[in-house]
Amino acid sequence: MKRVARISDDALSIACGAEAVAQAFEAAGCTVERVSSWGMHWLEPLVEIDGIGYGPAMPADVPAMLDGTSAKCIGKISDHPFIAGQQRLTFARAGKTRPLSLEDYATTGGWAGLNRARSLEPAQVVAEVLQSGLRGRGGAGFPAGVKWKTVAKAAGARKYIVCNADEGDSGTFADRMLMEGDPFQLIEGMAIAAYAVGAQRGYIYVRSEYPHAIAKLNAAIELAAGIIAPLRLEVRMGAGAYVCGEETSLLNSIEGKRGEVRAKPPLPALQGLFGCPTVVNNVLTLAAVPHILTEGGASLYDSLGVDRSKGTMPIQLAGNIKHGGLYEIAFGITLNELIYEIGGGTASGRPVKAVQVGGPLGAYIPPDQFDLRFAYEDYAQADALIGHAGIVVFDESADMGHMARFAMEFCAAESCGKCTPCRIGSTRGVELIDRIRAGGRGVDAVEVLPQMHNARKTRRSTEDDIALLEDLCETMKFGSLCALGGFTPYPVLSALKHWPEDFRP
Amino acid sequence: MANSQDLAQLIAAHAGKEGALLPILHDVQHAFGCVDGEAEAAIAKALNLSRAEVHGVVSFYHDFTPAADLRPHIELCRAEACKARGVEALVDAAQVAAGERVKLKTVYCLGLCSVGPAARMGDALYARLDQAALVALVEQA
Ligand SMILES: Cc1cc2nc3c(=O)[nH]c(=O)nc-3n(C[C@H](O)[C@H](O)[C@H](O)COP(=O)(O)O)c2cc1C
Ligand code: SF4
Ligand code: FES
Repeated sequence: MKRVARISDDALSIACGAEAVAQAFEAAGCTVERVSSWGMHWLEPLVEIDGIGYGPAMPADVPAMLDGTSAKCIGKISDHPFIAGQQRLTFARAGKTRPLSLEDYATTGGWAGLNRARSLEPAQVVAEVLQSGLRGRGGAGFPAGVKWKTVAKAAGARKYIVCNADEGDSGTFADRMLMEGDPFQLIEGMAIAAYAVGAQRGYIYVRSEYPHAIAKLNAAIELAAGIIAPLRLEVRMGAGAYVCGEETSLLNSIEGKRGEVRAKPPLPALQGLFGCPTVVNNVLTLAAVPHILTEGGASLYDSLGVDRSKGTMPIQLAGNIKHGGLYEIAFGITLNELIYEIGGGTASGRPVKAVQVGGPLGAYIPPDQFDLRFAYEDYAQADALIGHAGIVVFDESADMGHMARFAMEFCAAESCGKCTPCRIGSTRGVELIDRIRAGGRGVDAVEVLPQMHNARKTRRSTEDDIALLEDLCETMKFGSLCALGGFTPYPVLSALKHWPEDFRP
Repeated sequence: MANSQDLAQLIAAHAGKEGALLPILHDVQHAFGCVDGEAEAAIAKALNLSRAEVHGVVSFYHDFTPAADLRPHIELCRAEACKARGVEALVDAAQVAAGERVKLKTVYCLGLCSVGPAARMGDALYARLDQAALVALVEQA
């Protein structure tokens, strides 16, 4: 019989050279099965032969992998500490199934949640999601069950389910891995949500940077159309705007408008897409639902985690980290464990200087705070953000003044333009940080003119400039409509607080 | 640019779709390399919108451009995780290699944040780039 080599067809594996390795196995007379990625990214392309893993594999390694003598052998993949230490619910199939195989999906418990949900009253389905304690995984952490209940109770013949797959945060890739690796699970979650709230149509809004995910979803929707009927799903592609991850901006974008943020109220749950009651949930929120709806799933979910942070979180280890990848675990784990024990420290081997959790709007955290527990309330108390649970590690070579400037620059580039503190403040922030780092500037010719009554006549000291930057950040925090303008101050102020030396000329 | 018959066909393919504008704009950008004034006018007419409305949408999104740029495009991620993995040190050399012949564009995150620096050319993705690999990619583009 032909030997079987299992290799992921995830975009990341392909970017790391999986296609050439797959071809080399075929040329060697093997059957190649393309599966999802285990999420051990430093080992990609990872090859599995009879349960044993080899990585990062290159075409030249094929003979040694086939006769079992390769130095790249990592032993049995499921016993690897990075995998064995996880509590995978949402990513239970990662590495194990072929993403577009309905057969693989069904034999690994697929559709059990949907079938059971359909045997219950819609209100019972909502009650189980409430009971599980599942909170939105897109950033804000709003209880999913509460949102569903609002939509279920809202009056209206037309309702929508919208999946937010805009995943714009740097350091995050769990949505992408799920859409590429286990698309039926997302589709099943959307079908359950649609049944629970009485929606007939659903959209998955995917960023245009994810062409592989879009192709997989389109294929999966076609294959599953009969199973999820009467729900009809469609993929919509974003157009390169970060702010379209904000839910109301996203709805405008699907409607064919500029991706400007809408004021709330009205809540999207009551007046969302085309003015109809709409559930907007992140990919990971919806993909957690099929498991929750299996027999006993809701109480299991509720039993995991700490305080009001229930269940598991697919944490993404990124940036300068030795063992980067996807680590799904119950809430409560510390950064120390994640970065040193699981992640193995930095990839460069130099000491860790900072981590940013929660994407471009999350604070920079210094190593002396790495005992922080991974939970929504603990992070909020520390002025930090769990967000979409991306963790970006920086080594000592990082220039935090540059990173603070980048936070402002990013906000300026991606602002939707609706509010002044965000639209203009971010540009002024870039200028101010440049000025502080350049050692200040003198008064200019216009400022000293007598008719410039309010302009300052003397040179600003660095302390004055820093006070001005802090003042600007306060204005952005409290004067912005959404979290883009409102949270950009967090990375800026945290960098300034913990690494003031990086702001000196 | 846009052959008006092709344009009409692209627009017609989305007839009856809810919120058809973005899918149409993507198709037009893909087919012609831009969404220019002529295309905006035709789309506005077909969707019963004003040209200003269509232009407002086109100019909002980074993916749509008013004029075609026929050079090869390489999108280099310069977001936080790729910065942490050293992308900034590669930019100058890549820019020199690109010169005027290749368009080197900055993007923020390709979802390859654990194996950066990362780049994209069309639908092809590249990871673990060092200076030599990135320069070679630019030169062969
Ligand atoms: C600037 C900005 C960007 C956002 N980007 C995303 C995103 O990429 N994906 C996402 O799911 N939520 C994103 N959000 C959060 C959404 O507004 C919203 O809270 C979420 O989609 C709700 O789903 P959930 O309850 O399942 O998390 C973003 C919010 C803001 C303010
Ligand atoms: S804070 Fe910025 S992105 Fe958010 S609504 Fe205001 S201008 Fe738009
Ligand atoms: S930050 Fe570069 S790929 Fe995500």
